[in-house]
Amino acid sequence: MTDHKNNEVDQHSGTQTTGHEWDGIKELDTPMPRWWLLTFYVCIIWAVGYWYVYPAWPTFGGEGIRGGTVGASDWTSYKQLEESQAEIVARRAVYQSQFDSAPFAEIKQNEALFAFGMAGGKAAFGDNCATCHGTGGAGASGYPNLNDDDWLWGGTIEDIYTTIRYGIRANHEETRYSEMPAFSEMLDADDIDVIADYVVKTSAGAADAGSSTGAEAFAENCAACHGDTLKGMHDFGAPNLSDSLWLYGSSKDDIVAQIKKPKHGLMPSWEGRLDASTIRQLALYVHSLGGGEE
Amino acid sequence: MNTMNSTPNYNDDVVKLFTIATVFWGIVGFTVGVFIALQMAFPALNFGEYFTFGRLRPLHTSAVIFAFGGNALFATSYFSVQRTCRTRLWGDGWSKFTFWGYQIFIVLAAVGYVTGVTQAKEYAEPEWYADLWLTIVWVTYLIVFLMTLKNRQEPHIYVGNWFFLAFIVTVAVLHLANNAAIPVSLFGAKSYPLWGGVQSAMIQWWYGHNAVGFFLTAGFLGIMYYFVPKRAERPIYSYRLSIIHFWSLIFLYIWAGPHHLHYTSLPDWAQTLGATFSIMLWMPSWGGMINGMMTLSGAWHKLREDPVLQFMIISLAFYGMSTFEGPLMSIKTVNALSHYTDWTIGHVHAGALGWVGFITFGALYHLVPILWKKQALYSMRLVSIHLWIATTGIVLYIVAMWFGGITQGLMWRSYDSMGFLEFSFVETVMAMHIPYVVRALGGGLFLLGALIMAYNLIKTVRGDTVASTISDAEKAHA
Repeated sequence: MTDHKNNEVDQHSGTQTTGHEWDGIKELDTPMPRWWLLTFYVCIIWAVGYWYVYPAWPTFGGEGIRGGTVGASDWTSYKQLEESQAEIVARRAVYQSQFDSAPFAEIKQNEALFAFGMAGGKAAFGDNCATCHGTGGAGASGYPNLNDDDWLWGGTIEDIYTTIRYGIRANHEETRYSEMPAFSEMLDADDIDVIADYVVKTSAGAADAGSSTGAEAFAENCAACHGDTLKGMHDFGAPNLSDSLWLYGSSKDDIVAQIKKPKHGLMPSWEGRLDASTIRQLALYVHSLGGGEE
Repeated sequence: MNTMNSTPNYNDDVVKLFTIATVFWGIVGFTVGVFIALQMAFPALNFGEYFTFGRLRPLHTSAVIFAFGGNALFATSYFSVQRTCRTRLWGDGWSKFTFWGYQIFIVLAAVGYVTGVTQAKEYAEPEWYADLWLTIVWVTYLIVFLMTLKNRQEPHIYVGNWFFLAFIVTVAVLHLANNAAIPVSLFGAKSYPLWGGVQSAMIQWWYGHNAVGFFLTAGFLGIMYYFVPKRAERPIYSYRLSIIHFWSLIFLYIWAGPHHLHYTSLPDWAQTLGATFSIMLWMPSWGGMINGMMTLSGAWHKLREDPVLQFMIISLAFYGMSTFEGPLMSIKTVNALSHYTDWTIGHVHAGALGWVGFITFGALYHLVPILWKKQALYSMRLVSIHLWIATTGIVLYIVAMWFGGITQGLMWRSYDSMGFLEFSFVETVMAMHIPYVVRALGGGLFLLGALIMAYNLIKTVRGDTVASTISDAEKAHA
């Protein structure tokens, strides 16, 4: 390889050059570092050993594991997944069947089963519910707060379970459905204004909740669903208007807008997306967030 | 000897153009990088449809890899191939075409990204029309390079040119295979890839990993092999090492792509094969680092005084670190933790900022005074400031991503004693906020360093000189 005519010895290292030169760049004829070469060999040997132990080369005939050699360890990524999943399933199995068969009332009395449901519910809530209801269940405009004691469709564990399983206005035969009419087509602006005024004042706890015309208009148009005392009705998903909790805003303008052309939320049905046990865990978890009814 | 002969009339005009483009696109690419890093930390910064993270991210990666890195490779390869072949660059018109043609490709690609035109293949996002145009430009580049080699006045081909040639040829092959697609219509941007399913994924990562291997490694080793011995004024440490590590690097790199697809639907055998070739690649990669660093033996005093040489040696250190980290991350058990986390982003940037960035900065600081026929750089002190600001930036970046990435990986796989996931996905995202802020800070420092470099280079080209106090300090060093 070397061009012996031009060989010279480098002053600094005492090593010969190869005799080549490009734009003033010369090359020393230093041997490869021994440690470098040995490490390279060790890596190659390690790779060959790895090929022996794991599936590593195509068989071309289609035999073996997915068209590749079967390693001495018989390892596949499917088996590894099964093994790690089995460990998780084993941890759950201690409580799983007992949890699934016990009614909610019994689970609440049993410390271990309750802890199991809460752990599962928290995990499922974070990845499925938090997107709309927030990581702490505090909700947002249009998405109910799950920490308070205000429930549109009922706040017992069974109610919450039904809501999660079938959804509200969802794509499920058993889903619960309600729709507040658009009163802009039925009432004139003045009527809507006095009703809104009445609702705002009642909600604020005023002793004299505005004009009697407001109360009358409310009784005539709204009380059928929201009740004479404005407490709402779970059967229709009709919100309680007497408290200070509002899904779409508490100002009079917000309420006028909602009377004129109401917005309606959609809670998906989780049956089929989550397994039956997870839905029960979620019901337990959401019920425990603070406002669960007995 | 060669020095006795007269110097040929080198074509440095085209090198100047590519040098300016390198600095320009570098600033653009780093700026977009800092912005998308801030978007990760503060999602409110996603404005409108054109400036969302999803569209700006390929703009950043393409701007730094292909626009900054690509122009740097053109500039340095055109500069060094002439000198190591002692002949003028072949085809003045053709080399100029590669310059304008390549800039047109960059603009075509960038406009596509922000307007939502993409093949959705990482580092191969441009659609068919831009790909075809790049093919023409790239083949011209190959011809210019090969013809210059053919015209050489030296008996042998220098090692730097082996690396440049391997880079040009392999990138052409990768580009053609991964971008094989059928356009929906002649006047529409949309196309469908020829490959489907897991085959498509495999070809994509064969491409993607070798974009790293041949574009960002082989090409930049070409830069290293010319500029380090020139700057250090020392012979290359070992000719034998350069031969062995060149051929082993070229042979092994091309197999390593499947390690990007660990624990996917890619058959296990292909995953294992990719991982083992990555392990075997460790020493061939380090061969380049050893040859670069040991070339400095006998010139250690220069390293103390010359910040340009310091850029080069630090780049080799980052190269060594990331080519150790890469094989480590390709091992299945490590990958099970690191995959899909920001550790991968940290790994890439150790190589991209540390190796690719620093060797390019070193080469630019060496090139500009020569190209514009100036005595020296405007300010060596500013080079030194750039060096330390940028190094601090890289360290912040990498440490933030190591910490954040490993945290992420551990949180994702954490189960409680009853068998439920301990953290929801959004909690793992929230845990990344501080690392993301630190990462953006690191990137910001790196950008600041590059702006200092641009200022220094512009001053150099204009022929300005620094205030006497600083030049006195420099004289004292010299």
